[in-house]
Amino acid sequence: MSDIKIKVQDYSGDVQELEAPTDMGLSLMEFLKANEYPILATCGGMALCATCHVIVEDGMDLLNDPGDQEMDQLDLLPNAEFNSRLACQLRLNPDMDGMMVRLAADEE
Amino acid sequence: MIQTDICIIGAGPVGQFAVFEAGLLKLRCHLVDALPQVGGQLSEIYPQKPIYDIPGYPTIKAQELVDNLTEQIKPFNPTYTLGERLDAVEKTATGFNLRTSDGTEIDCKVVVIAGGLGCFEPRKPPLKEIANFEGKGVSYMVKDPELFRDKNVILAGGGDSALDWTIELSKIAKKITLVHRNETFRGAPDSADKVFELAKEGKINLLLKSNLESISGNGKLNSVKIKGADKSEMEIEADYLIPLFGLSPKLGPIADWGLSIHKNQIEVNTTDYSTNVPGIYAIGDINTYPGKLKLILCGFHEAALMAQSAFKHIYPEKHLSFKYTTVNGIESF
Ligand SMILES: Cc1cc2nc3c(=O)[nH]c(=O)nc-3n(C[C@H](O)[C@H](O)[C@H](O)COP(=O)(O)OP(=O)(O)OC[C@H]3O[C@@H](n4cnc5c(N)ncnc54)[C@H](O)[C@@H]3O)c2cc1C
Ligand code: FES
Repeated sequence: MSDIKIKVQDYSGDVQELEAPTDMGLSLMEFLKANEYPILATCGGMALCATCHVIVEDGMDLLNDPGDQEMDQLDLLPNAEFNSRLACQLRLNPDMDGMMVRLAADEE
Repeated sequence: MIQTDICIIGAGPVGQFAVFEAGLLKLRCHLVDALPQVGGQLSEIYPQKPIYDIPGYPTIKAQELVDNLTEQIKPFNPTYTLGERLDAVEKTATGFNLRTSDGTEIDCKVVVIAGGLGCFEPRKPPLKEIANFEGKGVSYMVKDPELFRDKNVILAGGGDSALDWTIELSKIAKKITLVHRNETFRGAPDSADKVFELAKEGKINLLLKSNLESISGNGKLNSVKIKGADKSEMEIEADYLIPLFGLSPKLGPIADWGLSIHKNQIEVNTTDYSTNVPGIYAIGDINTYPGKLKLILCGFHEAALMAQSAFKHIYPEKHLSFKYTTVNGIESF
């Protein structure tokens, strides 16, 4: 099985555990949108708008380091925390099993 | 007072092209944008990215498309108010009276809202009470550096403007503190080197891996609490806090103009992209209707239909005959 489990905390604080496929090349942003979380993702995943900002509550060490473009955007976010990431830059893979993220961008 | 046929709110690609479509019908346009430059999202978010779905251009850079549009509408002599947000729209006997954040007034017969995702405004840190301190110690841009002479100033952010203003203000302020969430800077390497140098010389206080935590004061900003990645906290006295985190679009004043709005977008009639207020149209990313696609291409189409309808709204008694530009060329004015 290539599915992993990810916990997502929405704006109201509710946490849901979701099963996510890792064999479809989806980014976490695409996966969250597919599950109807109200994130804007204005730039469609180019790390240009930061409207897919999430805070990684659990599993920061499971993720690849952010690239330059992502770092640029995170530095422009006034509410960025030390474990902030852009969901569009996180491609779902088996290593991410068990991670938990909290939505942190403005709601759609 | 500026007088025009159509006032277009938003100088993104769709607002720009609306000048062309209106111009063909001999309607004059005035463009207003909160940004200091034209081009909307294209110039502000992705100027160097290639776009592949503009008919006739296999590929074109966003800024190039904006520059071409500026050139294409020149024959129609559009006038501009840039760097000012359009705040108020009021109905008059002959049309509308509009007012910007800086008090510029525009009288027009038709209003076209091409406001995209909304007004580009400074990103604000999520600090409780920050709104109460705006203009009382907190500002999101540096208009007049002299204001900060001999003052205690805290800047926050890691981009170019945070670096540049840290360097500039360090020359005149009493004390400068720069707060940045990271250890490194993404801005121009030269400016980053200079900031590290100033810190080493003790000319500025550089707090890396740190975030703003809270602000306090009595009617006026007094101090700012800062939290480090290691959870340490410190409180720094300050006359001014300048958060510099770039811009992001917010619907803004458009919400208050009596238009029917759904999820931050204006509902329109797809025969002519008119809103629920006669004489006000909405085109481009700002509008919504069943099947809406937020594409430049679709905004261009909406601009063409809007212009025909706006003509009829302004000259109900005149007959409008449709002409190709290939037949008559462009009659400028
Ligand atoms: C990264 C990215 C890539 C994209 N790629 C493509 C693509 O390949 N193809 C495509 O077709 N589309 C693409 N888009 C979408 C495209 O950019 C938008 O559809 C387009 O910008 C919409 O144009 P617009 O003129 O309606 O609005 P905008 O470009 O958003 O311009 C609106 C302007 O209105 C101003 N404004 C708003 N309210 C006020 C006010 N009250 N007072 C003053 N000014 C105001 C704003 O400051 C802004 O400048 C992309 C978008 C992004 C972010
Ligand atoms: S979708 Fe724009 S930065 Fe992720």
